[in-house]
Amino acid sequence: MGLTVQSTGTSVLNDNFTIKKSTPDELVIALAGNPNVGKSTVFNSLTGLKQHTGNWPGKTVTNAQGRYNYNDKTFILIDLPGTYSLMANSVEEEIARDFVCFGNPDTTIVVTDATCLERNLNLVFQTLEITRNVVVCLNLMDEAKRKKIKINLKELSRSLGIPVIPTNARSNQGLNDLMDTAYKISTGTLEVNPLKVTYDEHIENAIEMIQPLVHKIINGRLDSRWVSLKLLDGDRAILNSIEKHLCINLLEDNELKRMLWQALDYLSENGIKREEFRDSIVTSIVRLAEDICRRCVIFENKQYNATDRKIDRILTSKVFGIPIMLGLLAVIFWLTITGANYPSELIAKFLFWIEDCLTSFFMWAGAPKWLHDVLVMGMYHTLAWVVSVMLPPMAIFFPLFTLLEDLGYLPRVAFNLDNFFKKACSHGKQALTMCMGFGCNAAGIIGCRIIDSPRERLIATITNNFVPCNGRFPLLITISSIFIGGVIADGAYQSLLSTLTLTAVVLIGIITTFAVSRILSKTILKGVPSSFTLELPPYRKPQIGRIIIRSIIDRTLFVLGRAVSVAAPAGIIIWLMANIQINDISLLSHCAGFLDPFARLIGLDGYILMAFILGLPANEIVIPIIIMSYMSSSTMIELDSLQALRDLLVSNGWTWLTGVCVMLFSLMHFPCGTTLWTIRKETQSIKWTLISFIVPTLTGIILCFIIANAVRLMGLV
Amino acid sequence: MENVIPLNLLPLGKSARVKKLVCDGNIRRRLLDLGLISNTVIEALQKSPSGDPTAYHIRGTVIALRSEEASKILVESSQV
Repeated sequence: MGLTVQSTGTSVLNDNFTIKKSTPDELVIALAGNPNVGKSTVFNSLTGLKQHTGNWPGKTVTNAQGRYNYNDKTFILIDLPGTYSLMANSVEEEIARDFVCFGNPDTTIVVTDATCLERNLNLVFQTLEITRNVVVCLNLMDEAKRKKIKINLKELSRSLGIPVIPTNARSNQGLNDLMDTAYKISTGTLEVNPLKVTYDEHIENAIEMIQPLVHKIINGRLDSRWVSLKLLDGDRAILNSIEKHLCINLLEDNELKRMLWQALDYLSENGIKREEFRDSIVTSIVRLAEDICRRCVIFENKQYNATDRKIDRILTSKVFGIPIMLGLLAVIFWLTITGANYPSELIAKFLFWIEDCLTSFFMWAGAPKWLHDVLVMGMYHTLAWVVSVMLPPMAIFFPLFTLLEDLGYLPRVAFNLDNFFKKACSHGKQALTMCMGFGCNAAGIIGCRIIDSPRERLIATITNNFVPCNGRFPLLITISSIFIGGVIADGAYQSLLSTLTLTAVVLIGIITTFAVSRILSKTILKGVPSSFTLELPPYRKPQIGRIIIRSIIDRTLFVLGRAVSVAAPAGIIIWLMANIQINDISLLSHCAGFLDPFARLIGLDGYILMAFILGLPANEIVIPIIIMSYMSSSTMIELDSLQALRDLLVSNGWTWLTGVCVMLFSLMHFPCGTTLWTIRKETQSIKWTLISFIVPTLTGIILCFIIANAVRLMGLV
Repeated sequence: MENVIPLNLLPLGKSARVKKLVCDGNIRRRLLDLGLISNTVIEALQKSPSGDPTAYHIRGTVIALRSEEASKILVESSQV
């Protein structure tokens, strides 16, 4: 889910539109389109960049950019957020519109869905009002063919006055044509004659009244007809953008101001006030789209969506909807837990065999003991642990999760859960940001931009951490499989019990999200739910091969890479802390001893709490830290099996209650460093970042305190 | 035969034509962006497990609307 460099915030373009051209004759291509039309797939296929795509609306929330070469020219491709319109009703629409207006793209490609062209044309017309150089990329032609939808391409292109290129971006069909056309338009070798929407007679007259004056001021830098239309519409956002990017304040011009008032008076005399104006404009655009589609599109099978409806009736049914959802979650966890067990052991054996080799090498080379201990026992040992514990579950979990995403199941989850969000006075799309959180909380928080209302966006941001990200999954999986499952049951039931535990933990996270959202809505973020519309896109045949490659490269290796880069230095620091002695007690034990009384209150111990605190840079290293600290204070054991780990934990006083509390605290504590930094960036506020830190931590402490003490009082441990 | 009702009262499986949007500001814009201008045919498909929101077929796409939003869309449910 957008676990790319772009979406995690290291290169966000939307703050300003400076595009780094390495030579002046590079060409800039903007890629616009409705959500869920395969825009990101087109982008990836053209640039070879691994931006993750998913079958649900609102994927691209920042502008990603990539390059490709065609005919001795270099093209810089900018992937704009998916929008239905460019009227700037939301942040993404504003980003997309401002880029088309002020980013000076040489050509704008509007990616459209061949299976519902009519609604997609809305965006095409709005883009054509801003710029002439537009190519329509008619994507998903294979889906259209499957649904027996025929499109007269020649007639469509003639009607629109711009080239229309049919493509199947997923199988790379038509992309060469697309690049060729973009090349020809950018270099001016292909003439376009774009269709302009004609509005109501009175609106046209009003435009005519102010357009000449606008033209004089704007001086060709923007389409004066379009700017006039926006002035009449009273669109303040575009006026601000014009001032920001072109340094022109249109309303400073007194003559224009006078004429604008006159034009607005004229409109209201003819019964067109602000709301009617917008209605009339949208109606003209929709009617034109209707008219063109009537001429160009033939639906040979009127029931082309029947299968999708049948599937929807099962997946979102009153009886089965939610059980199926939980069942799918449980199946994924079960496959992950049972599937990861064996390869985990294998990798661990292999990596610890290398450790022995390294030790022999150090001894052979005559290196000092401390160097060997820091590098091998500290750094390498932690690394080996992180890799062997994290890699197998991720390599199983991510492709499975991506499969659901690719199929188009996630919007159905949002559909199923929306009523709970409504009761929590928050936004239904929060379900989607939570799904992103399963990948990475930082990505989930950037994903919160798909929520328009600032209040609801903050709620989604603060509560996103209650969804365990992949950095915390290994801990949850490890504890639930080797500990809870292992301590209570044996053999065949073990994996089943672990699966149930893991599902329950995630469920608790979801319920907590609802509860905390509601509490926030009633206290510091008072308000009523804002409007909500959610598209349920057609189900798509998943591309298994692509899923595996994408989820391994994009997510598994990306996350593993991050974990390793954090774990390596952390391994050294922890080794040092465990081995620097003050009064014959290690530094680590000092700290842990200090934290211990409090930690015991919430069912943990000092070392565990210490590990969570040291794990602030990345949650992945919490388990390795716990192990390192236990091992440094006890005799060294070969940690080559999960059984050995269980023994280590039990010998350090773990009970099933400790396991439960560790899992709960992992689910509910402060977000990791990257996430906090992202929250700070997204909210532009230290206050909300602090609240995002405090809320989950406090929830976790309170919950663990209650559970630990209730269990102890009842004498269950 | 005129039979104007708010969209949230349209029975599942039935179609109707949009007559009027009784809202303004941001919600109205969102609905217009979906192509909900007057005389647009809209079909109620199904409800979510807890009864709200409801999925509607609008101009070739499936859109889920909460009952609050749907109640602001007046539709004419006769003879479609």
